[in-house]
Amino acid sequence: MSSGEVIKRAKYKTSVKDPGTPGVLKMTEQKFLFNPNDPSSVTKLDVEFAHIKGHKHTKEGSNKPPWLNLTHDQGGSYIFEFQSFADLHVYREFVGNALAKSGEAAKAASTAKVTSSTKVASEKSAVSFPDEQLSTAEMELRMNLLREDSELQKLHKQFVIGGVLTESEFWATRKKLLDVDNRGKLKQRVGFKSTMILDTKPMADGRTNKVTFNLTPEIKYQIFVLKPAVHQAFLNLVPSKMTEKDFWTKYFRAEYLHSTKNAITVAAEAAEDEELAIFLKEDNILAREARRKIRRVDPTLDMEADLGDDYTHLPDHGIFRDGTKEISETQHEQYMRTLSQDLNRQGAVVLEGRTVDVDLEDPRTVAEALVRSRQELDGDKTQERLDRLSRMTDIEDLREPLDHPFAPLCIKDPRDYFDAQQANALKTLDDARNKMEQTKRNLSIDEAYGSLRDSISKIKTMGLSDPIVKPEVALSVLNGLTQNISSSKFQLGKNSRESILDGLPNTTKHELMHHWMSIQELLRHFWSSYPITTTSLHTKVSRLKDAMSQTYRQLEEIKESVQSDFRHKVSLLVRPMHQALDAAFQHYDADQQKRSSKGEPLNGFV
Amino acid sequence: MASAPSKLYADDVSLLMVLLDTNPLFWSTSSLPFSNFLSHVLSFLNSILLLNQLNQVAVIATGYNSCDYIFDSSVSTSRGLENGRMPALCSNLLQKLEEFVVRDEQLCKEGSENGLASSLLSGYVAIMNAIFSAQRSMVPIDSCYLGSNNSAFLQQASYITGGVYLKPQQPDGLFQYLSTVFATDLHSRTFLQLPKSVGVDFRASKEDSRKDGRPLESRRKDSRKNDPNIQLASSV
Repeated sequence: MSSGEVIKRAKYKTSVKDPGTPGVLKMTEQKFLFNPNDPSSVTKLDVEFAHIKGHKHTKEGSNKPPWLNLTHDQGGSYIFEFQSFADLHVYREFVGNALAKSGEAAKAASTAKVTSSTKVASEKSAVSFPDEQLSTAEMELRMNLLREDSELQKLHKQFVIGGVLTESEFWATRKKLLDVDNRGKLKQRVGFKSTMILDTKPMADGRTNKVTFNLTPEIKYQIFVLKPAVHQAFLNLVPSKMTEKDFWTKYFRAEYLHSTKNAITVAAEAAEDEELAIFLKEDNILAREARRKIRRVDPTLDMEADLGDDYTHLPDHGIFRDGTKEISETQHEQYMRTLSQDLNRQGAVVLEGRTVDVDLEDPRTVAEALVRSRQELDGDKTQERLDRLSRMTDIEDLREPLDHPFAPLCIKDPRDYFDAQQANALKTLDDARNKMEQTKRNLSIDEAYGSLRDSISKIKTMGLSDPIVKPEVALSVLNGLTQNISSSKFQLGKNSRESILDGLPNTTKHELMHHWMSIQELLRHFWSSYPITTTSLHTKVSRLKDAMSQTYRQLEEIKESVQSDFRHKVSLLVRPMHQALDAAFQHYDADQQKRSSKGEPLNGFV
Repeated sequence: MASAPSKLYADDVSLLMVLLDTNPLFWSTSSLPFSNFLSHVLSFLNSILLLNQLNQVAVIATGYNSCDYIFDSSVSTSRGLENGRMPALCSNLLQKLEEFVVRDEQLCKEGSENGLASSLLSGYVAIMNAIFSAQRSMVPIDSCYLGSNNSAFLQQASYITGGVYLKPQQPDGLFQYLSTVFATDLHSRTFLQLPKSVGVDFRASKEDSRKDGRPLESRRKDSRKNDPNIQLASSV
């Protein structure tokens, strides 16, 4: 077959029940075409692989005919029936390749869409990560986060798509978000169910004497773990001496015989069929292990004995007889299996947990993996126990969440605050001086202290002034306070808990909050980039500064455009944002000046 | 404005801590003379003690270089200093205050000037710690500010601890302000309207605000205790 396309006869079915229209199916790398044999029929198909999101097919070993099911990304599906499984496999491979290629093409096409488009859908698939290798899982995670949190999405859109921040920088400050989601998966090993195969019931057909067992790979795995002899037999006999189906048939026949509890029949059958005998006999491997374990029991173990254990003086040696005659022939003893044996074995296996972590599809690989794990276990027993202990103590969902402790970024240098305050204090002193129109006072400390002490002694001698407060002054103060309280109540409304933000119209409120968040983000990146040591930081800072100036202007526009009722409130809210931006700009300018005065040693001599 | 957490108080007993600023540089140039100021404050303290038998008052003077207790009503003082012009508590307080000022001046002469910058920085941290502890223990900090500009520090402190910040427009009527606003016990504050500042200057705030830009809304804790209510008042 040529590698570019496949042409074979096939039947097209719209659903499983549909008998199907015979025709010819042609597949190329981009699309597939179906032309029915009957030229008058209308079921012609011409579908591109870009629209196909998946494909399924029937298995060769099952009783179903060879079908290929292509699922359309809009929910429908195309079912094709082929003449043989060989054809199916050819088509299957082709479809697999075509889908892989079209997947890559789709990704390439969507990355070309990265421009300043503002469509949300395109952003989700369109972001390219040129400077880091991300697994698809991480990309999925980021997209999920963006989808769930609209604020995060807005920020992402504004900065990453707008080119102010790169993707890695954006997510670098959000490691906690990315980390937390990852730990959703449990790292504990899931063990066996405690019911295991003891409740695998066959389906009995009443009319014919047939019993049908349903075997899944999981059940096969459980059988291997429970019965090492069966496991050994499987490895030896399949596929060299018998097919898997025969093996399991024999196995279930043996089970059936056991369930009849007729030891004589069992012995008879075992004598006839050698392979059946393997299943019917006592499990040698288990017996060996049990003997080993018995030998390892600590002889100094103090097993508590009480009066009930004294069986020698009880009638019938303490054994309860129900009067039935038991014919137990020693030769058939090996064919008897007791419930207690089964339960013990089951309990031991469940507590051990799964020791093998392979894909369960092929029983052969499972069997081999089990053998390998058994060999490992046969080694140092104490080491095995220690390993198991260390594995068990690491139960992650019982641990406390790993909180990465970090100190919040301190944006302002407290010294600046104090410098400002000092300036303020001196300014007020100046004002006070001018206001009082008094002779120039000497600010020396000694004189200040002296005047303070004088005041104290003055009041000591004179006592408290009488009256403390003049009545007129008191009245005016009281009036002023009352007015203040009632007016602020009038302004803020009955609900004094309401914040200023709630009083604003919705659009303004959302705009202001969005600006606040974007300013936070910008400032965080801005301040963390100082001191500037590399050119990449330098470009980053200049990008950030441009974005910040833009935001500054936008805030001013908001202030001007808002209604006069709200103007005061809005300016109150906008002021701290402006001040934060101003501080950043000042720092930037100061730094620039320093750099230019130093002469930029990075660029060589001036 | 969002309110700070409030306890439920069973009665109107108060324990009032007053921080008196005795910075000589400020008082030498203030429009309100220190002696007048002291008389207002002393009358205020007296009236607090009169409001309820169980009320307690403690005064700490904060000077240029140091701070110290200068009055504690729970300590029974000798009543011999009554000189007819003022109650004993006043004369005790004034005596202690004078001694404090002398000590402070002494420290000023001994200490060198270079200790100033470091003390500012560590002082800043200490002040913020104190404010946050007050917030945690639900102790409201009231501020009565007598300078010309507003103090961002005290505004924030009062805001987050649920106290009152006031800048008296008429310093002559200081006593009226004090007795109207600051003498209210915490139990009565639940049904009294006290002056609220409309805007708080959050500029120097180190706490991060919530994601949506609003200042931190503290959680409400509902604990009933039998302690007398604690109230912190500071005047600058």
